[in-house]
Amino acid sequence: MASIAETNRISKAPPGPLREFWHYFRENHGAVAGLAVVLVLVFLAAFADVVAPHSPFEQYRDAFLQPPVWQEGGSLEFFLGTDATGRDILSRIIHGSRLSLLIGCIAVTLSLSVGIALGLLAAFFRTAADALIMRLMDVILAVPSLLLALVIVAILGPGLVNAMIAVAVVYVPHYVRLARASAMTELSKDYVTASRVSGAGLFRLMLITVLPNCMPPLIVQATLGFSSAVLDAAALGFLGVGAQPPTPEWGAMLADAREFILRAWWVVTFPGLAILITVLAFNLMGDGLRDALDPKLKRS
Amino acid sequence: MRRPGLGRLMLRFVLSRIGLLVPTFLGVTVIAFSFIRLVPGDPIELLIGERGIDPERHAYLLREMGLDRPWYVQYFDFLGNVLQGDLGRSIVTKQPVFLEFLELFPATLELSVFALSFAVLIGLPIGILAGVKRGTVFDHTSMTLSLTGFSMPIFWWALLLIIFFSGVLKWTPVSGRIDVLFYVEPVTGLMLIDTLLSDEEGAFRSAVSHLILPAVALGTIPMAVIARQTRSAMLEVLNEDYVRTARAKGLPPARVIGLHALRNALIPVVTVIGLQVGVLLAGAILTETIFAWPGIGKWLVDSISRRDYPSVQGGLLLIALLVMTVNLIVDLLYGLINPRIRHAR
Repeated sequence: MASIAETNRISKAPPGPLREFWHYFRENHGAVAGLAVVLVLVFLAAFADVVAPHSPFEQYRDAFLQPPVWQEGGSLEFFLGTDATGRDILSRIIHGSRLSLLIGCIAVTLSLSVGIALGLLAAFFRTAADALIMRLMDVILAVPSLLLALVIVAILGPGLVNAMIAVAVVYVPHYVRLARASAMTELSKDYVTASRVSGAGLFRLMLITVLPNCMPPLIVQATLGFSSAVLDAAALGFLGVGAQPPTPEWGAMLADAREFILRAWWVVTFPGLAILITVLAFNLMGDGLRDALDPKLKRS
Repeated sequence: MRRPGLGRLMLRFVLSRIGLLVPTFLGVTVIAFSFIRLVPGDPIELLIGERGIDPERHAYLLREMGLDRPWYVQYFDFLGNVLQGDLGRSIVTKQPVFLEFLELFPATLELSVFALSFAVLIGLPIGILAGVKRGTVFDHTSMTLSLTGFSMPIFWWALLLIIFFSGVLKWTPVSGRIDVLFYVEPVTGLMLIDTLLSDEEGAFRSAVSHLILPAVALGTIPMAVIARQTRSAMLEVLNEDYVRTARAKGLPPARVIGLHALRNALIPVVTVIGLQVGVLLAGAILTETIFAWPGIGKWLVDSISRRDYPSVQGGLLLIALLVMTVNLIVDLLYGLINPRIRHAR
């Protein structure tokens, strides 16, 4: 009896959107692995003070350039070794995850919100505003992203916050184009006309009627944009115009380590590996999100 | 009604695409113009440097350089100069920025051409094979690797390549374009050609060994992108009716894949390859800095750190122009090989 009742309950209610999403997302093993790594990173970032064995700034004067534990001369105290000023590399990497996630979050939030606002404006007012916004985006896209970010940082001055702003500006056009294209598709549909006819105001149409239906591609782009933001911010740090030493930012750590590459491989290897793993995790997750949220692929 | 001829259609298509570029280029000039005025310190202070200057002389110089006029007059002045190829002079070397760019550009061109060739030669076959052998171990492995390549921080990748190939194996030099022992007369600016033209023995080999690591580092992301795009284009085409027809009439698989599928799959791939130019130029900034490669990427980074802003301004303009031109060419090529685009309004 119980099993029949169970079947009835399931057949009556279609799976909720979240459950349906998880059903498709779960099929992509890479995406699940990416999600797991991201969760670990979030955990490390949140509890860096507890998890990290040392302070990221403490210099151990009797342990300059000590190799990782499995190599001769290494010790368990400094699991991944120490850098040229005797700081524990593992602790610096753990603390660095905070910065990278923060950079990603802020840069993506900034460019996503500006992108959505401009994209919706362009789609709703297909006149001078549209032309102006889209030409402006063309201009931004004409300059290679890292060069534009460098130029913006040159104007604002070096530093972590300015690097985030620069990275955010550089990626705005992608969101504008996506938001505009999906909003334009939605605008031609009947439910929007119905809403308009029944007297919905402009803001209601924009934000409550149209925007939620434009979100799936934007969410995918935001996830992939997160990895680009982490990568570009690290590149700025590496070039010396992003996070400034002694901040344990992964790109800046690599810049510090450059002169030791032929003497101490671990100083260079681990911060870069951290960048790669983070970026890869977000890219895997973005791919999975695209598969799960794209209705065209769902049916096949 | 008579249909317009193919030539007229083509011309209209080309002109409309070029027309779209004009506002974009003007926008870039506005950015470049504003850049110098937005960086901390006014242009006179930048020119004089740290020494300081008395206010009278400052005002005189401002007037002398026309910097006291309204900004729109200055902008049109700037635009006029740009259109005549005058991008101002570098503060550090006092050379015209345009000439400096031209002098350094061949190094970046050489690096980028080799990076892109590496990317296409490796990425394309991998993508085709992965698409044809969908779901196999090869497909999964190559796609995992290419996603890794796509996520690679290339400044780190370059350092790893140096550690392994220059440090451990001692196969390649750490940096530069050629061994300091050689003096090669710059003829084309492309080191490989110049070394062949010169009679210095071993110079060519030295130039090649200097080129390999930076080209691999720079070409890694484009390679990954090309492999992924080729695979998905192949998958799409292999599902098409004409491929099924070709198979059904008994053509050998190699012919179906090579002739029917590949030719159509390559259309979107060509676009993707073209779009890598922006990626290459951005990557050149990092790669050239790490390998001390004397091209425009390193020049731009150096100029920013030396606060040589006229050089940055000119470089910004020229690179944007370059990217726009290549995108235009790709766009036109795409129209040429895909008639559906050409005829669409």
